[in-house]
Amino acid sequence: MVDITVSKERSFPKQEFTDSEAGALVFPSSTSRSYNYFKPAKLRATMYEDVTFDVQPDPDRHLSQGWIYGFANGPGGYPKDWTKLVSSDWHQFRDPNEEWEKTIFRNNAAVVRQISLSLENAKRAKAYSHWNSSWTRFIERNLGAWMHAENGLGLHVFTAVQRSAPTNMINNAVAVNAAHKLRFAQDLALFNLDLSESDIGFDGSVHKDVWKNDPAWQGVRENVERLTAAGDWAEALFATNIVFECLVGVLFRSDLLMQISARNGDYITPTIVGTGENDYSRDLGYTRALFAMLTRDENHGAANKAVLNSWLATWVPQSITAARELQPIWSQPNEKVITFADSLESAKNTFRTVLGELGLNIPKELDS
Amino acid sequence: MSRQSLTKAHQKITELSWEPTFATPATRFGTDYKFDKAPKKDPLKQIMRSYFPMEEEKDNRVFGAMDGAIRGNMFRQVQQRWMEWQKLFLSIIPFPEISAARAMPMAIDAVPNPEIHNGLAVQMIDEVRHSTIQMNLKKLYMNHYIDPAGFDITEKAFANNYAGTIGRQFGEGFITGDAITAANIYLTVVAETAFTNTLFVAMPDEAAANGDYLLPTVFHSVQSDESRHISNGYSILLMALADEDNRVLLERDLRYAWWNNHCVVDAAVGTFIEYGTKDRRKERDSYAEMWRRWIYDDYYRSYLVPLEKYGLKIPHDLVEEAWNRIYNKGYVHEVAQFFATGWPVNYWRIDPMTDVDFEWFEHKYPGWYSKYGKWWENYNRLRYPGKNKPIAFEDVDYQYPHRCWTCMVPALIREDMVTEKVDGQWRTYCSETCAWTDIKAFRPEYEGRATPNMGRLTGHREWETLHHNRDLADIITDLGYVRDDGKTLIPQPHLDLDDPKKLWTLEDMRGIPFGSPNILLNEMSDADREAHVAEYKLGGPAGRPAAKAGV
Repeated sequence: MVDITVSKERSFPKQEFTDSEAGALVFPSSTSRSYNYFKPAKLRATMYEDVTFDVQPDPDRHLSQGWIYGFANGPGGYPKDWTKLVSSDWHQFRDPNEEWEKTIFRNNAAVVRQISLSLENAKRAKAYSHWNSSWTRFIERNLGAWMHAENGLGLHVFTAVQRSAPTNMINNAVAVNAAHKLRFAQDLALFNLDLSESDIGFDGSVHKDVWKNDPAWQGVRENVERLTAAGDWAEALFATNIVFECLVGVLFRSDLLMQISARNGDYITPTIVGTGENDYSRDLGYTRALFAMLTRDENHGAANKAVLNSWLATWVPQSITAARELQPIWSQPNEKVITFADSLESAKNTFRTVLGELGLNIPKELDS
Repeated sequence: MSRQSLTKAHQKITELSWEPTFATPATRFGTDYKFDKAPKKDPLKQIMRSYFPMEEEKDNRVFGAMDGAIRGNMFRQVQQRWMEWQKLFLSIIPFPEISAARAMPMAIDAVPNPEIHNGLAVQMIDEVRHSTIQMNLKKLYMNHYIDPAGFDITEKAFANNYAGTIGRQFGEGFITGDAITAANIYLTVVAETAFTNTLFVAMPDEAAANGDYLLPTVFHSVQSDESRHISNGYSILLMALADEDNRVLLERDLRYAWWNNHCVVDAAVGTFIEYGTKDRRKERDSYAEMWRRWIYDDYYRSYLVPLEKYGLKIPHDLVEEAWNRIYNKGYVHEVAQFFATGWPVNYWRIDPMTDVDFEWFEHKYPGWYSKYGKWWENYNRLRYPGKNKPIAFEDVDYQYPHRCWTCMVPALIREDMVTEKVDGQWRTYCSETCAWTDIKAFRPEYEGRATPNMGRLTGHREWETLHHNRDLADIITDLGYVRDDGKTLIPQPHLDLDDPKKLWTLEDMRGIPFGSPNILLNEMSDADREAHVAEYKLGGPAGRPAAKAGV
């Protein structure tokens, strides 16, 4: 029998109709319904601008008392001299991807679903059982090695850099780039795990040795480690997204894996790697917009180009070497759909196009 | 993802890190802490594959609630008294959130543990989420609430306002100075683990009681990410404790971080909850009661005290003194009174307190009326323009306070004020601990030990200094706190929008000079200053000058 006892009297706040909705009265500013402290790029501010602009304050704009905490040896906040590049107005930068909270989770969750579905279907269809052993070795070694590069860049270039740029618009774009890299690295690692658990004799641990010791990958590893060591945030961003990604990342992902997987009986790898390429396409978009703003700066464009050209002189030989050292892996699969020379030329062409858009010199290493 | 597969997946992604041999990641941010002997501590297992869909689902719920609020005409029943304070709160909070994102690489630089790095990187994405979702909530308020003025100027006002600057510590403190002091102890161990309870749980509860269910929707969604952040902080704290050399720094940082969070967060959130609500049910918890539950019991007794067995020196004295300030010394009431005194330089409106409020305050804080009642009656009497100046410039037995150099909340508990000449300047502090923070803690040496990575207190720390001897009308114009007719002020000391004659304009402010207590203090002779400080310390409560103190 249910025991009914008298409970303590419950207490609720009183509901009250206050008529406090927009338009209930007309008075000064009663229709002032847009953020009015920044100039949108177009006539009306986008949602992205509204939720991003000026959230990171700037003593050159409204921050009247200045930064109230400093570092031991310098000012706090986001000093503009943390890069050699100079802008007449860093706040002009807008992320063409207009990333904010909603887009970050919507886009990345969609990628997660796409990959999960592909992997589930692959398991159900026993898709890996069609792989020949040379392809299995190719994936376990090379895609396995590559995921380290993605993770290292995600953590020690992009996550690090998003602390340093002078505006919220730049730092948020870089933070989203970091999220892409880390998610993609993990996607590759979990793909590796799936393959280890399939019955095709896939060695899920050899990637560590390949990344650390295989001569073909040491140029890439050195390039990645040196990128993480670049102290100037804009240099790290430029050398990674413009130089390394064009010459090594796209070369490996797009000009190799995406071209040869299908002919080697693998329709899963391109599905996963394609998401990384899609991420990079977005990330290259904001990076181009940022550096185009800097090279076209009325007051500092020429000086910025000189700095960027000097960075090209440092980083292009590094990435070209990394790319060339990868050459042996082109001959590893049974089906050799594309030559290394063709892949590298394709990557160089993309790189030339990007440099041309930025008005930068075409380094001589590209012609060798 | 099942627990078993999550563990396996997490194990797998730990294989992604490696020991570099060609070059090591740039160390942009230093720390005086050492982690050479630290055992690697695991934070919560976090994987992007489960993280993104989980957050997307949380977002869908938030955005669904937002649509529902608009369709259901939520703003017909929100209390303006409450919503006005959101103009301040929501101008501040997106900056601490995004600062927390920016703080993550500082912690990554400092702590050699790849498993924690992964957790910190996920936290970075969370914080971008929080910052932009809060900006979006504010935009919704601006679009649908009766009075958008103040929301429309939000990030500019945050950056040039005295209260915004107080709040900015809760943000700049995360990203500047010693990486562990900032990104671990101040941000995670204290701000997130302790004070998000009042910020993101207690305050939304009060919002709901005032007809606003969107603040709870957004902030509870935010708070549901905090447990992972707390886990990150705890892991790093345990690693730091493994090295004896870190103990003295941990003690320093816990004292600083605890006290600064108390000064800043309790000032703001305490005011919002106690003076921004219309819910005066006697059984409704006061801020002091909420604090006792969320901070004292849940944080101090359940989280902090157990860490003593690992060698962490807990600032018991400061926890007790924070409670003493809140419950016995009227900290929140003094702050609310100060905000209301300074209404002409705010960007929100402040509703006068009524008899119903008086009764509730007296019930929750016995003796409240004898201290603060008269002043709030004067506030009510002086709320319209025409016959009087703003209350700060009328004789209502209120001495405009000195500002604390460290926490930048004024020295409102007058007897506790400390005055010292530091770096060639006479500075005032609200408490011994804030004086210690500036004079001892934020220095390149601490207790005989070099602390080259410790940050510095910088900037124009007394807001009034910027506006000393200027006309109040000019100050308000420069700040931009003027409505779109070019003359009516955004701030008002009441909520009556129905009659233009009740609204203060720039002309009502013309001819009123504004002064900086700190400049005046530094201009005094030693004898005058000594007498002034002695008299100031005899003043209060409720800002009464010494001659009338206790009356």
